Amino acid sequence: MRYLVLRRLAQCGVLALFAANTFVLKGNLSASKLFNTIPLSDPFAALQVFLAGMHIEITALLGAVLVACVYGLFLGRAFCAWVCPVNMIVDFAAWVRRKLGFKGVHLGLPRNLRYILLVLSLILSFVLATPAFESVSFIGVVQRGIILGTASWLIVALLLFCVDAFLGDKIICSKLCPLGAFYALVSRYALLKVKHDAMRCTKCDLCFEICPERQVLWMVGLKSVSVNSGECTRCGRCIEVCADDALEFSILDLKGSFKKKVLH
Amino acid sequence: MMQRRAFLQTALKGALLCGSGGAFLAAMLKAKHGKDSYALRPPGAEDGARFLSLCIRCGLCVKDCPYNTLKLATLLDYARVGTPFFEARKVPCYLCPDIPCIKACPTDALDKKHLEKNQGVDSLKMGVAVVDPISCVAFWGIRCDVCYRVCPLIDRAIKLETKHNERTGKHAYMLPVVQNDVCVGCGLCERACITKEPAIRVLPVAFVSGEVGNHYVKGWDAKDQERVKNAKPNTLNPRTDNPLDYLNKGL
Repeated sequence: MRYLVLRRLAQCGVLALFAANTFVLKGNLSASKLFNTIPLSDPFAALQVFLAGMHIEITALLGAVLVACVYGLFLGRAFCAWVCPVNMIVDFAAWVRRKLGFKGVHLGLPRNLRYILLVLSLILSFVLATPAFESVSFIGVVQRGIILGTASWLIVALLLFCVDAFLGDKIICSKLCPLGAFYALVSRYALLKVKHDAMRCTKCDLCFEICPERQVLWMVGLKSVSVNSGECTRCGRCIEVCADDALEFSILDLKGSFKKKVLH
Repeated sequence: MMQRRAFLQTALKGALLCGSGGAFLAAMLKAKHGKDSYALRPPGAEDGARFLSLCIRCGLCVKDCPYNTLKLATLLDYARVGTPFFEARKVPCYLCPDIPCIKACPTDALDKKHLEKNQGVDSLKMGVAVVDPISCVAFWGIRCDVCYRVCPLIDRAIKLETKHNERTGKHAYMLPVVQNDVCVGCGLCERACITKEPAIRVLPVAFVSGEVGNHYVKGWDAKDQERVKNAKPNTLNPRTDNPLDYLNKGL
């Protein structure tokens, strides 16, 4: 439970800091200022802005590089599990799904759809000269809605909830979201990893059931290597649920990150 | 055989998905484009296309506006979702001399050229004020010069034009006249207007300004001559068929 509590604290804390609008954090998740000096910006949004206008201000560029480095070098795709407010909506949907035993419709969405959408957003940004995903971003609508205290974002939140609860499992974050895909690509060699110990594993598959990106856990019960896929959101759910202590967070496990995936 | 069918099905599904997804996204992006979206943008957003391509929708301009003029558009607003705009009747732009909203913008969507010396608020163009002579009480002959008085560019952006009032025979009309080239579109006049719905409104420049084209030239103005120096002669689509043929048609 501790990671879950920590994650909710982090998610709500970031939103609360933005909503409070003090010198600590100003702006929103698209771009902001930390302590009135350090610029932070969403690297994917900044990339779209650059492609749309073929011009980027140094402030936004610095902020984007900073954020990309923090996630790319250290935290991995932690944005999705620890910061993004949509995570709370889809987690709630997944919980409802589990409790009520919904099966959902098989939409047959390709597994790499989010990567296609990522490329599509970049191309459309250039062609239409407007940051394409930012213009329709459900994350943007939700986070701005919460931070600015408006109400219309609830429509989008309900839509996101319904898609994930009734249409199929984890569609929003694992199939559709190009921002998640972007962070997955950036995070391939991040230092923070989930380490797996095959000697302790009793193959109970609890981690598979809870994992939002279960394809990254291919080594569970097979090999003692770290989860090396960038798609891992570092949510820590597998660690919490594992009764055998076969999984744990580790840093500096560089060897594991360069090991090739073995098909089984 | 089944393999090929499965492959074709997958390919077709993928193509349809990409096609419909792309079309949907493009339609949503184009939907609120252009002149039909009425929204007053913050200072420095004169070039609407440039603004929309660079705005990262972070709201830093909104947070740094000392008068709470700016808002970020929600799903229910006319402006593109997440972009800053203001409603002059509610809170106009008070034209801060240091223009903090432009300073706050991290992506240059609000043009930094206004921050340079000798530029300042006079160079802004958020919109143009337009007077409705039907509901403006000054046009009825009632004395009101509120918009003229509150205008930060008094006697420059709004001038008072006096005219004899024939109905009473002894009074003067004092009519507010907006100088479109001077007005910066701050909306203080719209905010201050005494009528129930404002008789003077700020509209985006694209709503208000026309364009002469280059077949009318001020012959007395050397600058205007300069404007059309490189113009192409055939702007009016001259008739291409022989006029004699046309006159003798049907004979």
